[in-house]
Amino acid sequence: MSILVGVEENNGTVHRMSWEALAGAQAVGRDLGLPVSVVLMGEDVSGLANSFQSKDVQEILTVENTLLGGYSADGFSSALSQVIEAESPKYVLMGHTYMVRDFLPRVSAKLRIPFLADNIDYSVNEGSLVLSKQVFAGKLVADTILNSDGPCIISFQSASFQEEDVTEGSGAAARAVSVSLEESAIHSTSGDPFQEAAGAVDLSSAEVIVSVGRGIGKEENLPMVKDLAQAMGAEVASSRPVVDAGWLEPYHQIGSSGQTVAPKLYLALGISGAIQHVVGMKGSKNIILINKDPEAPLFELADYGIIGDILEIVPKLTEALLGVKT
Amino acid sequence: MKIAVLVKQVPGGDSPLRISDDQLWVKEEHINFITNESDSYAVEEALQLKENLGEGEVVAVSLGPDRTQRTIREALSKGADRGIHIEESYPYASDPLQIARTFASALEGEKFDLILTGLQSDDFGFGQVGVLLGEMLGMSTATLVIATELADGKIKVKRELESGWFQWVNLDLPASISIQSGINTPRYPSLKGIMGAKKKELKQVTADSSDEAKQSISKVYIPQKVKRTEIIEGTVDQQVERLVDVLKKDLRII
Repeated sequence: MSILVGVEENNGTVHRMSWEALAGAQAVGRDLGLPVSVVLMGEDVSGLANSFQSKDVQEILTVENTLLGGYSADGFSSALSQVIEAESPKYVLMGHTYMVRDFLPRVSAKLRIPFLADNIDYSVNEGSLVLSKQVFAGKLVADTILNSDGPCIISFQSASFQEEDVTEGSGAAARAVSVSLEESAIHSTSGDPFQEAAGAVDLSSAEVIVSVGRGIGKEENLPMVKDLAQAMGAEVASSRPVVDAGWLEPYHQIGSSGQTVAPKLYLALGISGAIQHVVGMKGSKNIILINKDPEAPLFELADYGIIGDILEIVPKLTEALLGVKT
Repeated sequence: MKIAVLVKQVPGGDSPLRISDDQLWVKEEHINFITNESDSYAVEEALQLKENLGEGEVVAVSLGPDRTQRTIREALSKGADRGIHIEESYPYASDPLQIARTFASALEGEKFDLILTGLQSDDFGFGQVGVLLGEMLGMSTATLVIATELADGKIKVKRELESGWFQWVNLDLPASISIQSGINTPRYPSLKGIMGAKKKELKQVTADSSDEAKQSISKVYIPQKVKRTEIIEGTVDQQVERLVDVLKKDLRII
């Protein structure tokens, strides 16, 4: 075994980012000539395991234990560490989900193996993997290399690979791997996941979204954004800092911790484009960005851009649009 | 309750980022260094936990070059009781496991009940050190925390999950917790606080570099552009005129 993909469950199905991680692992496997297997951990993973039977994987490892029935960083990190020690994969690959951020560093520390996290791409240099990740809030990219040949853990940011690219195979065999977990070694208890009172706006179905970021400066400037949205027949959304400041309710937030949208037009105002925001809106058909910082990373994704002050441009745009409509 | 809060000094969001000659970092001369945003929330959370308990100690800890002391002093001026500066010289460590080991050796004798970190730094953004450190020091861990409650010798935290979901987790102490931004409203230092901070203890220790780096950043560069962007130039009126044209004719939005 050489590449092991850790599969995460999400509402009874395979997490979208686990499929993406498998697609990435298969690509790495083709480049380096390494077979790919998957590992599933939980109380009963038989249903999830079936999802991989038709895929191009060498083995489906199942790790079942009552103490893995609910998620805990202690339980999951201990279980995966034992699997890595027993199976000695060269690379362990996972999607960079919130759960992975929570427990995978623990595996790295337990086994003293490196965790190269949150990558967006890879390349192969003289037979060795080079991983690329966004740094400085998405403004720059850094390449990371491994300093040894030993096993390592790698995670990929959402949408680094496409679920559709997972290749089919001819019937992978499942194999149970047992781990020993002590209840006394699990130092946390988790409640059921819940959603806060949902908002009045369903941004995912909006055709046009006007989204506002830190560049708005202060709460008093928000009405001009709402006026523009109204003039365009658009919904108002925002990046995280605006919600953190309490200027808009959390249900307006786009990004990894908020909603994911793909409107016909995403008009971004004073948004820089940190990766946590971009993952929630990069599927938009058209992106327009107005920002006074020419280095804002979101300009990379924009179809149209204006380098300028939203406080100056937005009121004039609203005025012009109202003129057009009447 | 003995609380450590890890703070990092990072380039401010408005600073121009020019890649350094060795392509491993950025040119520092024009950078305005500030306290990492989510670390400011961690500092505030530590201070509030102590204030609500009515007892305890908050220790601000940072790894970095000399300039880092300003970030520690800022935490002291807000109310942290003392500081620990782990001195590091260029090139800075770029292996989170090695960085966590450095913190672990500086902090293990202190026997903290709680370690708070921001969820991710705005420079290299490994987002791992708090969790790695927790494991190394035998603590329970939780990440992306947006609320905390201390009760019955445990800490209850509200974790952010994906897509607007949350979960409460009850953790045994000692615990290492990474704080999501927005958890509270970070205070500004008072004038009295700033004056008082000068008298507070700021201990300098040398980074223990006995562990070899298992991963390294080999190159930092500007991302390649993947999309053709039409930059609309001109006066504000001309820009608005073109934008209306785009919305009307190109995109048929209005």
